[in-house]
Amino acid sequence: MGAVMAPEAARKPGIGYSLPRREDDRFIRGQGTFVADVTAPRMAHMAVLRSPLARARIRSINAARAFTLPGVLVVITGELLARRNLAWMPTLSGDVQSVLAVDEVRFQGQEVACVVAEDPYTAHDALQLIEVDYEPLPALVDPTEALSPDAPLVRADKPDNRCYEWETGDLEATDHAFQEAAHVTTLDTYYPRCHPAPLECCACFADVDPDEGRARIYLTSQAPHAHRTILAQLMGLPEQQVQIISPDIGGAFGNKVPLYPGYVVTVVASFLLRRPVRWIEDRTGNLLSTGFARDYRMHGELALDAGGRMIGLRVRLLSDHGAFFADAQPSKFRAGLFHIVTGSYDIPVAHISATGVYTNKAPGGVAYRCSFRVTEASYLIERLVTTAAYELGIDPAELRRRNFILPDQFPYRSATGFSYDSGDYRAALDLALEKAGYEELRKEQEEGRRKGRLVGVGMSSFTEVAGAGPSKDYDLIGIKMFDSAELAIGPTGKAILKLGVQSQGQGHETTFAQIVAHELGISPADVIVHHGDTDNSPYGLGTFGSRSTPTGGAATAVVCRRLVDKAKKIAAYLMEVDDDDVAWEPGRFYLRSAEDREVTIQEAAAAAYTNPPDGMEPGLDAVSYYDPPQLTFPFGTYVAAVEVNPETGEWKVLKFVAVDDCGVRINPMIVDGQIMGGLTEGYAIAAMQRIDFDAQGASSGSNFEDYLVPTAWETPRFELHEMVTPCPHHPLGAKGVGESPTVGSPAAFVNAVVDALVHLGVRNIDMPLTSDKVWEAIEDSRPRKAAG
Amino acid sequence: MHISLGVNGQPVEADVEPRLLLVHYLRDLLRLTGTQIGCDTTTCGACTVLLDGMAVKSCGLFSVQAAGREITTVEGLAPHGHLNPVQEGFKECFALQCGFCTPGMVLASIALLTSNPDPTEDEIRWALSGNICRCTGYANIVRAVQWAADKMRATGPAPTGMGAILAANAAPGPSQGGSHGAQGAHGGRDGA
Repeated sequence: MGAVMAPEAARKPGIGYSLPRREDDRFIRGQGTFVADVTAPRMAHMAVLRSPLARARIRSINAARAFTLPGVLVVITGELLARRNLAWMPTLSGDVQSVLAVDEVRFQGQEVACVVAEDPYTAHDALQLIEVDYEPLPALVDPTEALSPDAPLVRADKPDNRCYEWETGDLEATDHAFQEAAHVTTLDTYYPRCHPAPLECCACFADVDPDEGRARIYLTSQAPHAHRTILAQLMGLPEQQVQIISPDIGGAFGNKVPLYPGYVVTVVASFLLRRPVRWIEDRTGNLLSTGFARDYRMHGELALDAGGRMIGLRVRLLSDHGAFFADAQPSKFRAGLFHIVTGSYDIPVAHISATGVYTNKAPGGVAYRCSFRVTEASYLIERLVTTAAYELGIDPAELRRRNFILPDQFPYRSATGFSYDSGDYRAALDLALEKAGYEELRKEQEEGRRKGRLVGVGMSSFTEVAGAGPSKDYDLIGIKMFDSAELAIGPTGKAILKLGVQSQGQGHETTFAQIVAHELGISPADVIVHHGDTDNSPYGLGTFGSRSTPTGGAATAVVCRRLVDKAKKIAAYLMEVDDDDVAWEPGRFYLRSAEDREVTIQEAAAAAYTNPPDGMEPGLDAVSYYDPPQLTFPFGTYVAAVEVNPETGEWKVLKFVAVDDCGVRINPMIVDGQIMGGLTEGYAIAAMQRIDFDAQGASSGSNFEDYLVPTAWETPRFELHEMVTPCPHHPLGAKGVGESPTVGSPAAFVNAVVDALVHLGVRNIDMPLTSDKVWEAIEDSRPRKAAG
Repeated sequence: MHISLGVNGQPVEADVEPRLLLVHYLRDLLRLTGTQIGCDTTTCGACTVLLDGMAVKSCGLFSVQAAGREITTVEGLAPHGHLNPVQEGFKECFALQCGFCTPGMVLASIALLTSNPDPTEDEIRWALSGNICRCTGYANIVRAVQWAADKMRATGPAPTGMGAILAANAAPGPSQGGSHGAQGAHGGRDGA
């Protein structure tokens, strides 16, 4: 292994081929199986009662009236769970989280009680009959107040509301660089709390047999094996008796990595009732209580020398994690992979310090379509660089070019300690600017300004980091972040691949079949891919953080090569020659001395079962657990051109050009689909997705009427271009792609809108750039009329 | 209340609670689970079905309001394996990723093409603006509708509901699709 695929090989069916997805057929017929579609005889239905208050003491819960409704089977409260030591559960981030509130509610929408009934309508009716006596308490809403001595305490077990302090980089050297700097650019910005909001809410179907100790659980899970381990430990069930099935998943984007109280109570309910129980979360529950993202207050300072070279970066972060630390990120770093904040630039020294605090909000900080704080980091550096360009009077593209890490600097060790594998940042920028018609856009902007038109051009030359991760630094509840592939080639030469990663729309059943097809030289149609069922797949950590191709894809390539090694011995045996006389090309073994003498992979597979060499173990299967040697570093440049309406503050995208380099592309059609979707989510975050909280901690975004996600009407058109810089340490040269567009694009949109207003003196508007905020920025920039 | 209505060309009768939503009637009583639920506010469109050919959100109607009407769900679009041109277009143009919004998108698109066989891109985007997709960014969905419009203009609109079954029964030769095992990877997942 180690050899990166040659470009000509990339064009053969297999890798590099836009194979139509085999998943599509069932979905276009409505034949997918989502958790909410799973049913069973005698199934009961669960509904969740949530707290209307962000902080209150629970004086009492009286569920007696709920039982007056025919069909109510059980009401589960925190008190009932506490008797079984289940009122609290571990989070994937080393904290604990309330399953059902016992003493106090700590955020609006927190789970307080659950009703299980014969039908879902009755369960919901019964919620109305549960009397909870709340004593309202002052809520801690503003994270900047969390550390003040008179702040309300979110958790008795966290006496200073402090979740963590964390830092990296060289403070002394960085301070020194700032003393030497000719110019320092400062930016204070808030990356707002938003929600991944996959179209499918969370759901759980549990069928527990207490006598056998056997539990079959369908879960909207991005990490079914990890969830199995945690649930088994929590519930006291033997792990081999717990089957987690994550079937078709209706989008996830990080929202379905954490373990949720609803899952736990569904399992408990099934245990208590000895019946299958299903819980389907409603949208309000999803938006109020499940994994929020971002909520980062960032202070960034960039030091530059007189020539416009970046010489130091200093960052201070304040992170609002809500009431429970449940960000489910698998690194030993409390700010995730924020190290990537030096971005695509050769900045010699940097220092980052981060404080995480608890507030009376839903647990937050999940990686919404990004590898754990990479989106925030990328946003900060790309906004800082653009701001510096304005302050120095240098074109933002030119300032980037002056500071890029150059291709001959790879592998490049960043000031925060990351080892970048490969990249060609200037080429990506130049291609994007050329495709966008940068010079013409600048002319259009200039002419527009004379006529009162506000046109802006923004860019983002992001470096992503994906593929968590090397076992040294990355684990989830102690389990290393490897991933797995198990491959069996049967006597007829057909292959069964089982994966530890799991798809939520990424098309793994297609792309992973292509990897096997590419490696073995067989048709993708001869490969079936299984995933998502812990009884039928090797242990893996799941799909998030753009890790499936970097880890599971690598494991697939490695296991294929292992089988080829074994098959080669069989081929040599069949040809009655030494192993060394046999060569391999995908599909066949041949004699080096007589290339037309061959044994196909199918013939070798058949012989593995029917005629193995003496002393060789029969069969042709293996499993690989791939521990990636490094992270991967996809990159690209996005250029946005926008026009702002000076009267209303509304803005529209005139043009958006994306150049993405995610290394080798397994299925270009699926890669483009990922980029298109990710850009849309990036636009959504930049333009509209906002959840605010009032002074009492009440959420402003508990449904799709208030939390705005883009439809076909608002979504801009995107123009995609590609570069391929293969990853040097991945067996296929791939880097992962699902999140680059969400990581890189918000800064491009914001840079563009600010660029349209920069001549008015506007330097920053925090996301989302709703028309009222943009209008206010324009208004504030107007010269004030003299009083009187 | 007793209701009788047509679902995918078949007459059905049921006794239902007056408050039972149409989407729950379809999903839970008839087990037509292609129709999905993605929100509580009739915003997302995952539950879109055709009511006498018109796209409606089945979470915004009581099942009793469908009495005497004809409902078409995604399951009624491809009887005997003959895909509707819009379904073909979605497959052809990779207009889906997780597949959760897809049935609703397909039905909203069919309703559009029934009333406007040659829509502009803006008309497609506007007609689908009641249906949310979180995965695709919509571009391929727009292309899929255009693809289907082109095909339908060339071959005539595809019948739905009872008409689709009659057409499928009348069509000679083997079915066009659905015979291979693309569903195999998730086969047998029914919880029963």
